[in-house]
Amino acid sequence: MSLDKATVQNIAHLARIRVEDERLDAMVGELNAILGWVEQLSEVDTDGVPPLASVTGHGLPMRADEVTEGDLSEKVLANAPDPAGQFYSVPKVID
Amino acid sequence: MADLLDLSLVEARAALDRGETSSVELTQVYIDAIERGAGLNAFITKTPEKALAMAEASDVRIAAGEAGAMEGLPIGIKDLFCTEGVLATAGSHILDGFKPTYESTVTANLWRNGAVMLGKLNMDEFAMGSANVTSYYGPVVNPWRAQDGGNAQLVPGGSSGGSATAVSGRLALAATGTDTGGSIRQPASFTGIVGLKPTYGRCSRWGVVAFASSLDQAGPLTRDVADAALMLGAMAGHDPKDSTSADLAVPDFSAALTGDIRGLRIGVPAEYRMDGMPGEIETLWQKGVQLMREAGAEIVDISLPHTKYALPTYYIIAPAEASSNLARYDGVRFGLRVDGDSLDEMYENTRAEGFGPEVQRRVMIGTYVLSAGYYDAYYVKAQKVRTLIRRDFDQAFETVDAILTPTAPSDAFAIGENEDDPIKMYLNDVFTVPASMAGLPGMSVPVGLSDRGLPLGLQVLAKPFDEATMLRVAGVLEQAADFDAVPAYLGGGT
Repeated sequence: MSLDKATVQNIAHLARIRVEDERLDAMVGELNAILGWVEQLSEVDTDGVPPLASVTGHGLPMRADEVTEGDLSEKVLANAPDPAGQFYSVPKVID
Repeated sequence: MADLLDLSLVEARAALDRGETSSVELTQVYIDAIERGAGLNAFITKTPEKALAMAEASDVRIAAGEAGAMEGLPIGIKDLFCTEGVLATAGSHILDGFKPTYESTVTANLWRNGAVMLGKLNMDEFAMGSANVTSYYGPVVNPWRAQDGGNAQLVPGGSSGGSATAVSGRLALAATGTDTGGSIRQPASFTGIVGLKPTYGRCSRWGVVAFASSLDQAGPLTRDVADAALMLGAMAGHDPKDSTSADLAVPDFSAALTGDIRGLRIGVPAEYRMDGMPGEIETLWQKGVQLMREAGAEIVDISLPHTKYALPTYYIIAPAEASSNLARYDGVRFGLRVDGDSLDEMYENTRAEGFGPEVQRRVMIGTYVLSAGYYDAYYVKAQKVRTLIRRDFDQAFETVDAILTPTAPSDAFAIGENEDDPIKMYLNDVFTVPASMAGLPGMSVPVGLSDRGLPLGLQVLAKPFDEATMLRVAGVLEQAADFDAVPAYLGGGT
């Protein structure tokens, strides 16, 4: 399985990373080299083997569903690059 | 008394209690050392005023007889930990200007135990790298130089490269690191210090910038094993804010250092003897085995059949988790924003400029292996192989108490080397990644020098949550190896 330029461009879009055309060829090569290398996992017989989801074997703890803190909007917004009042701001989405 | 910089964590703690020095004096010595060592590029942010204020408060507590386990000891913090009001960059451009409004649990535990923060340490971007060359803030320089006639600047390993250089070059008494596939242990080996990755779940991940959440663990980088035991105890503990944090009591790790491993069974896995492994690594490993035997341990040949698949498994699972974790860097909530005409364009521009090439590569691999149609072939397959890797260790630990392996397949290399091919760089972690995949504790102890006069470590692995036995073995290995070489930066080896 080998990625072509269009597929890599699509992955880049899914990952929301702009990739300039002049970098695309190099990136196709790098990603294919990595995917080709991990391909060796197909040698391993994993029939009937469950996927490992947790190394500790501990279940997820339950807790009461209650409000434990709040009124932190100033702290939450403190690092926003372009906050607008009590809100984050983004470029216009709807005309 | 000896130069304050020569004291270990444990020794400095005792000297403070005896009143032979003060935390302010000790901290000032380190602040000066950091200034002298600026060329090593170990720190991204220095916090000398904060350090002195914390040291003053420590001196008050020491005088009042209220000293904590790490009271008055100046340490460095990897820049992956959120520190309230102090820049946290993860070594990335995309976190420009990010000053967390909260403190990570691990650093909060350290401050509660009295530790003093010298600053934030350089690292590979988002902890992705094995040489500390992917940092937006430039490469970190290893305090060691090869005795081969050249004078090349060497990498300290990565991703906790700033931590390793700071401890090895005596710019900090100790440092925190994080280890996802070897990021504490491999740099410890490259710089001649001790690096400990605890069992997954031993230290809280809350407030640590996430890379691969099923693998990330915080741990100490220290000058010796006793320091590692002390500092691990001050970092660890159950945290309700991290649902994967283990609700287990933290043992007295220092008490585990009995110096006696008679009767312990130590496994030596055949599969860690890899094609193309340098002879000096094999020699070092055999030396370690011999030292363990002489100390009264029983050496047991074991097999971990899926070892060679751990690294490719890692390079599916870690990027998959990273692509998900790094989705939060979108130019909206924190850090860098690069404008665009639409929301998508703003995201794409921000992430193109904010992430370096290695991070982009991994996010893209992760996006691909999680995408519709490829999820089963890559991600689920890797999770199944991960089960087999864990089973290998579970079976081995039915007959052994600990496992001894090399830490890294080479000594430190020059800055700029191994950068032509990502996979070449990935191979640095071939011996550390398997234990990461299985969630096991592992630590690197300096045992000898390479033919070029550079430090080499051996790795001790133990059962889940049995850091105590791991430390006991590491303590005996350290004592028997008697590694006392000094990096060129501190005047050694010339």
